[in-house]
Amino acid sequence: MIVVENSTEEQESNIQETRKILKRFGRQRGNLMPILQKVQGRLGYLPSEAMSEVAAFLDIPEMDVFGVVTFYNQFRLHPPGKHSIRVCLGTACHMKGGHIILDSWKRRLGINQGETTPDREFDLDTVACVGCCAMAPVTVIDEQVEARITPTKVDGILLAHKLAKERAERGD
Amino acid sequence: MKDEVTFRKIESQARAHWNELYDGAKPVIMVGTATCGRAAGALDVLQAIKDELSGQQADAYVVEVGCMGHCYAEPLVIIAKPGQPPMSYGYVTPEIARRLVIDYVIGEDPSLEFTLGALEENDLIPSIYDLPRFSYEKHIVLENCGHIDPEDIEHYIAKGGYEALNKALTMQPVEIIEEIKRSGLRGMGGAGFPAGRKWEACREARGRSKYVICNGDEGDPGAFMDRAILESDPHSVIEGMIIAAYAVGARHGYIYVRAEYPLAVHRLEIALRQARRLGLLGKGILGSSFSFDIKIFQGSGAFVCGEATALVASIEGKPGLPRHRPPRLTTSGLNSKPTLLNNVKTLAFVPRIIANGAGWFAQIGTEGSKGTAIFALAGKVVNTGLTEVPMGTTLRQVIFDVGGGIPRGKRFKAVQIGGPSGGCLPESALDVPIDFDSLRGYGAMMGSGGMVVLDEDDCMVEVARYFQEFTQRESCGKCTMCRLGTKQMLEILEDITIGQGRMEDIDTLHELALDVKAGSLCGLGRTAPNPVLTTFEYFRDEYEAHIKEKRCPALMCPELIAYYILPDKCERSCDACIGTCTVEAIYSNKKRIKVIDQEKCVKCGTCLDACPPQYNAIVKLSPPVVPEEK
Repeated sequence: MIVVENSTEEQESNIQETRKILKRFGRQRGNLMPILQKVQGRLGYLPSEAMSEVAAFLDIPEMDVFGVVTFYNQFRLHPPGKHSIRVCLGTACHMKGGHIILDSWKRRLGINQGETTPDREFDLDTVACVGCCAMAPVTVIDEQVEARITPTKVDGILLAHKLAKERAERGD
Repeated sequence: MKDEVTFRKIESQARAHWNELYDGAKPVIMVGTATCGRAAGALDVLQAIKDELSGQQADAYVVEVGCMGHCYAEPLVIIAKPGQPPMSYGYVTPEIARRLVIDYVIGEDPSLEFTLGALEENDLIPSIYDLPRFSYEKHIVLENCGHIDPEDIEHYIAKGGYEALNKALTMQPVEIIEEIKRSGLRGMGGAGFPAGRKWEACREARGRSKYVICNGDEGDPGAFMDRAILESDPHSVIEGMIIAAYAVGARHGYIYVRAEYPLAVHRLEIALRQARRLGLLGKGILGSSFSFDIKIFQGSGAFVCGEATALVASIEGKPGLPRHRPPRLTTSGLNSKPTLLNNVKTLAFVPRIIANGAGWFAQIGTEGSKGTAIFALAGKVVNTGLTEVPMGTTLRQVIFDVGGGIPRGKRFKAVQIGGPSGGCLPESALDVPIDFDSLRGYGAMMGSGGMVVLDEDDCMVEVARYFQEFTQRESCGKCTMCRLGTKQMLEILEDITIGQGRMEDIDTLHELALDVKAGSLCGLGRTAPNPVLTTFEYFRDEYEAHIKEKRCPALMCPELIAYYILPDKCERSCDACIGTCTVEAIYSNKKRIKVIDQEKCVKCGTCLDACPPQYNAIVKLSPPVVPEEK
């Protein structure tokens, strides 16, 4: 498991953000997951300095925090891209070609699952099931569930993102 | 002890609000915006309707509702005009939505070409309930889904909601438990433990502080009914929890929801807030001395947390590792206090049972399993979505009559039922009436009710490998057999799907499967080998074809197939496949016949879909031996 090392400034700002969130919680162990969910919601991932901060706050060993973070699929240890791409590999999606869709994303983005593109634009991961089995295969892009994905639709989505980005840069 | 006036006031307000909506002069437009609807573009449809209404300066109520279960036809829109039967429309696009506003909301043309049917019996327009599937369906839990606004508690109350709670508060807790016991309600999460007995154990357990937890950690890939219920009718679950809490004497409750269901969490938060505002939740519920409140706890993506003891560990802030039982949760659960844990569906049944009586519920279903079963139909079936049928309905009725059979004239091969804990059942099992117990003899179980239909294009070895990969990844690692055994099984299955299997692997796999079953503590490990064992039992020939002939009979395993363009069928003037190939692996040879460069091909199948049906020139070959180019 790789834990990303941040610059001192980044670390300091992560610690400050984490402390802000901790103020809203009591010091019971039962608050560990809600705290981690809030911190990840704010920072996009769980840097090691934030985990240490949480451990000190709840007065539990850092290892217990790390144990919980690595046990649950939702928590991530590396910074996310600007857009998250979650390929559903539930049963229905898998049988309707979800693995082919995952291959398409990997090929187009040039990264594996669990990784972020070098420009930090996209990160790619899989999800066990988003409960949209009737629309299989699906991919969740940020919060939007895209239904009935095909390899050509992958290209289309990426093209639309590129065009939207170019438009934004031109200031349209 | 309880003040009857409080509830009647709430109720009459809700009914007035509802009547204003449905008996008023304005048309009502309902758009299904549960996650499945949203995936199909329901929010765009909603926006188009709002835009068109304001553009036309037309007046209508626009209401967001949940999921009716007809996911195949999403986005769904219902239009109810005064004096007309409500009409449902399927496959609505923003363009169709605009037309419906002009033609039917403003005009008088009900646009029958887009309709699925009327939602009430009438003399003019065929009703949706005339469809064959409705002669099997019986909606109890799904009754309100898709018909009320889940973000408005008054809709639920106007439909008779919280009436059961009002009644329950006049009963003694033991009377409620007796009622649940007599109804024969069993845990709908999969295990089917009698709900009344669990409640009784929790009531009798010693301890001043007790908990009620709703298990909404629906992790089975292929099951989505809990999500649909939480998104479409959250109050029915909340009401069930309050009644359960009153019966067992709990003061605190948790709803454990998967983090993958953000909309369910959002709608539950709204529902809890509204219930508190009306005094249905919190201190002194409906003027009685009973107090109870509910918190939402979001899971973090671990399948094993659907297991009761792991779920409790997760709420306590620990990794979700199951533990030995006894002690059962009802004596020592969350924070070592007596805890009642029920599935979303079980709790949603409770208000209906209390309102209509145990006798009403007990007459539905089979001898050992009362009431209805809710199935999520997905995979190779025409009408994907949710269905609720009485226990004892056969698989054939669910798949062919309700689900409409297999699309594109393909042949049925198997149905995967019960998720990773269930199994793959062949055609010969289709006539078994389904209930909690009947499928065990076939090596499967009803489980939470996920049903993935597989046709002749689906490879059974690959299905087994898929589930093994899932359980292996989700194994919490506590028990050795589950942690390492599933890994070994997965490696063997992987070898078979890439054509490197050996005949003796089948025996090793079988032996391992039995060991994992015997050597695991919780349901995850004990049922993890089921998909392998059932595919062995019913589809052994496919395993043998992979091993002996290096051939995938369903033409699915990528390592064992090749795409090939038949030269005598390929049309020279067409290059549809070249344009769509995502990796530029197709080229045109000297005779302008298209050829696939096997080195470049990634076997995504896009060309197969692109080849016009009149040529039908692209085939999959297995074993992957492509004829030499002449």
